[in-house]
Amino acid sequence: MNLETYKFAAESNQWWAIMPELMLGGLALALLVLEMILPKKDHRIIPVFSIIGQLAVLAGLIINYRTPFLGDETFSHLLKHTAEGQFMRVFFVVCSMLVTGLGILGLSRQTLPRVEFFHIVLVVTAAMMLLVQSNHFVMFFVSLETITVGFYILVSYIRSNPLSLEAGLKYLISGALSSAILLFGIVLLYGAAGKSQADSMQFGQLRAYLAGTPGDFVASIGVVFVLCGVAFKVGAVPFQIWIPDVYQGAPTPVTAFLAVASKAAGVSVLLLLVRGVFAPYSHIVLPVLVVMTAATILFGNVAALGQQNVKRLIGLSGISHAGYLMLGVIASLTIPAAVNAVYFYLFVYLLASFAVFGVMTHLAGTDDTDQQLDYYGDLAKENPLLAGVLAVGLGSLAGIPPLAGFIGKLFVFIAAYKAGLFWLLAIAIVGVVISIYYYFGWIKAAFFPVWQVPLAEGETDPRPPRKPVSRSLAVTLGALALASVALGFWQAPITEWLAALH
Amino acid sequence: MNSVDLLLLSIATPLAVALVIALGLPKRFSIKLAYLGFGVPALISLYLWSQYSVAPQLDGYAFRSTYDTGLRSLGIQLSLGLNGISLPLFAMAGIVGLAAGLYAIQSGAERLKIYLMLLLVMQGGLMGVFASIDVFFFYFFHELALIPTFIMVGIWGGRDRSYAAMKMTIYLTVGAMLSLIGLIALYVNSPAQSFDLIELRRVLAVNPHPLSALAQNHLFALLMFGFGILVSLWPLHTWAPLGYGAAPSSAAMLHAGVLKKFGLYGLIQIALPLLPEGASHWSWALAMLALGNVVVVGIVTMAQRDLKQMVGYSSVMHMGYAFLGLASLSAIGVNGVVLMMVAHGYSAALLFLLSTSVYHRTQTFDMSEMGGLAMKAPVLAALFVAATFASIGLPGFANFWGELAIFVAVWKFSPWVALGAVAGIVISAIYGLRAAARVFFGPATEEFSKTAEKTPVIDLRWSERFPALVLLAALFFVGFWPKSISTALDATVKSVFHVSPAAAPSSVAQK
Repeated sequence: MNLETYKFAAESNQWWAIMPELMLGGLALALLVLEMILPKKDHRIIPVFSIIGQLAVLAGLIINYRTPFLGDETFSHLLKHTAEGQFMRVFFVVCSMLVTGLGILGLSRQTLPRVEFFHIVLVVTAAMMLLVQSNHFVMFFVSLETITVGFYILVSYIRSNPLSLEAGLKYLISGALSSAILLFGIVLLYGAAGKSQADSMQFGQLRAYLAGTPGDFVASIGVVFVLCGVAFKVGAVPFQIWIPDVYQGAPTPVTAFLAVASKAAGVSVLLLLVRGVFAPYSHIVLPVLVVMTAATILFGNVAALGQQNVKRLIGLSGISHAGYLMLGVIASLTIPAAVNAVYFYLFVYLLASFAVFGVMTHLAGTDDTDQQLDYYGDLAKENPLLAGVLAVGLGSLAGIPPLAGFIGKLFVFIAAYKAGLFWLLAIAIVGVVISIYYYFGWIKAAFFPVWQVPLAEGETDPRPPRKPVSRSLAVTLGALALASVALGFWQAPITEWLAALH
Repeated sequence: MNSVDLLLLSIATPLAVALVIALGLPKRFSIKLAYLGFGVPALISLYLWSQYSVAPQLDGYAFRSTYDTGLRSLGIQLSLGLNGISLPLFAMAGIVGLAAGLYAIQSGAERLKIYLMLLLVMQGGLMGVFASIDVFFFYFFHELALIPTFIMVGIWGGRDRSYAAMKMTIYLTVGAMLSLIGLIALYVNSPAQSFDLIELRRVLAVNPHPLSALAQNHLFALLMFGFGILVSLWPLHTWAPLGYGAAPSSAAMLHAGVLKKFGLYGLIQIALPLLPEGASHWSWALAMLALGNVVVVGIVTMAQRDLKQMVGYSSVMHMGYAFLGLASLSAIGVNGVVLMMVAHGYSAALLFLLSTSVYHRTQTFDMSEMGGLAMKAPVLAALFVAATFASIGLPGFANFWGELAIFVAVWKFSPWVALGAVAGIVISAIYGLRAAARVFFGPATEEFSKTAEKTPVIDLRWSERFPALVLLAALFFVGFWPKSISTALDATVKSVFHVSPAAAPSSVAQK
């Protein structure tokens, strides 16, 4: 290797291109510094500082939305800056802001170190942003592992709660397994393509190799293994096994982070892979995805039917959402417009999920894992705002018009119909009908008057006491719910934003 | 004011009022504002009705306007307008909505603010259903009106409300999903690439039809069963009596009276004219199922002891006539169905209103525990008997014209089917008159005497009387002057069905 190579490598290091990620990383470090220099009583402002910092990053991202690096490959082809990547960057920063907000609320009930939580959220977010822009399997794997390792800590954050620790362990073991599978897949691809390509981990070169040798057995195995590793992130059957326990055990803000950001990262990467690198192998990708999608939609909905713990319920219902999203991904192989459908769906899923998770976080007691459907009794009477937000969020997740979730499903279904995926569409419809039962059951628990069993002598009410809603939470939740309603009537903001991508 | 915006105003006013109430308006102002939310659509609908004949028309629709909501890439735009089919239904939605709203305001329900808010959302959706030209928004507004129903049944419902709400939700979601897929399939398969009904008509209602007979059969089946569940087609009707029995009266009035017509309206405006071969393929099956509605459900209705359930069953039964009229595939049948939908909207709403008023005086819906109410509440009795006559289809009431036209059409379709349908008239006379007799006439039962001692029975108050009289007046108006609807209706039906083989020669319609 001569100097010229280094010179080229140095020149391709366009630090400006990853400014948002760098700023998030810097912000994460700044939080730790602040923790050291600030007196203990002022630690409350650290998460607020974090949110303000993220707002600045978000503002920067939006101002520079049409970045000059669009379409460029930087850092020796490690990264590729795409329009989709820009969309997902905004998505992830919004997510992490909301998670930070929920974290302030949720952690206030625990006696735990606080600042590390907000620190790790930022690091994970930065990694997600890099992941969806990766153009090289090394970048891909490193950012994926950064996310996963971050989540190991976050999931078991409430270390005094055995369920949280158990969830952490389960996530660690199944996560490690999936990382191993993913890595094995990458290695197989590397081995297969390495003979002819200079840098066979790079997406462009790998794709060229795959296009040239459509029947390579080793590469086929590699493709399937990589898909399996991503399916773990998405939570698709048969890699969904960790979801109910981990979602229940993790602190609610982390559950939200997992359910929205981690899933979105997985779906976005799936789109990136199947439409990019693996496009020449769609004859292998397609059947794998179709089977997974059908099983995911059915499993998620059926398993959620009997759940009484709302964290498990939303985890299992989230599996079915992964299925609908994958339906869009499959449709995007033949109908390019389906990509927008998937991104629209992701965005409305974010709005609806955080509305629901916000209510869940507020209602949770000191034992974060113990959130039963029964505890929602009479919520509508005692706190109409929370009940209304919950109803809008759940309605949007269920895909009930006029809420945004319906439009998201409509986009995906139309794309699927156009792509001729009739059987999957039929399964998705069955899934939607099943999902009405449990989403509506949850709304029922909060709204319909119920008769409570009177407490026996000496028995204490298991329901956590209801606390008044703080103004900032009320505003945040109200805004999320209003956005879900408004996007149901007026989709132009998102559709135009998405149309501007291409 | 420019009349183009009035349609949007009639949809937006109730929704806006609901939003303002939701944002935390004090109860006193909420009620005042609710009058506005229910009154404005009713006034607009009456005004537009009077202006329709002189209004300029474009593609068969008057009062056209179009708004882009950001789905134009899919061929979806909020496109509003009225034609001869939607006009009387739009007016009916406005008037029944006003009656239901007034009745709800005086009901003094618990958590009245939320109740009114949900009713207003429903009202906005209903106005939207009949004002939309775009098929997507037509569906969208239906769902907007449907969701509050579930919640209202669950919170303010009577017996079995939780079960009823769940059952209704699941049945109606299945129906809505089937029809949604049917509409998506229609959209994708049609060469128009648009949800706009005018555009769809332009490309589909031509000879030869661009879709194969098989494709038409499949599409029609999706729409027929999807819409059929929503209209309580036998044997998929079981949600309806249960739901109406449990629903609070204003919700039942709006749902049974207006919202349920959505499915029939969809079949008339979309399925029949756009898929003529599919329609003729399924017409016999539809007729048989409709006979199930008329005869089987009719007999079940006779066996009811619960007054509100009986009214619920009878509304399911009357939907059978509407399906029969559609199955006859003739212009006169379609004319009759629309007339009957309007008439049934008023009469079903009136019956639900009055049976709740009966309940407030007897404290029970069980007809075997009533009797002699006419002595104590003569006005209520008179109104109830009038509503029953209307529902049976006596001349002088709007229902008569609808049923008459349907029988003529069905007779042409098949005399045997017509025979079954006529048997339904006898059945509905039996249960209707028997119910009136049991509730109002004869000696008071022991149970009722006891209740009457505890809470003295007073006659219908003006706050209850007024909405009932509004509905009754509408029934009489249409009954004595059906031409107010049929002129515009006939013209539209002729133009919509002009190419389909199903359209009967116009001589039939003029008979």
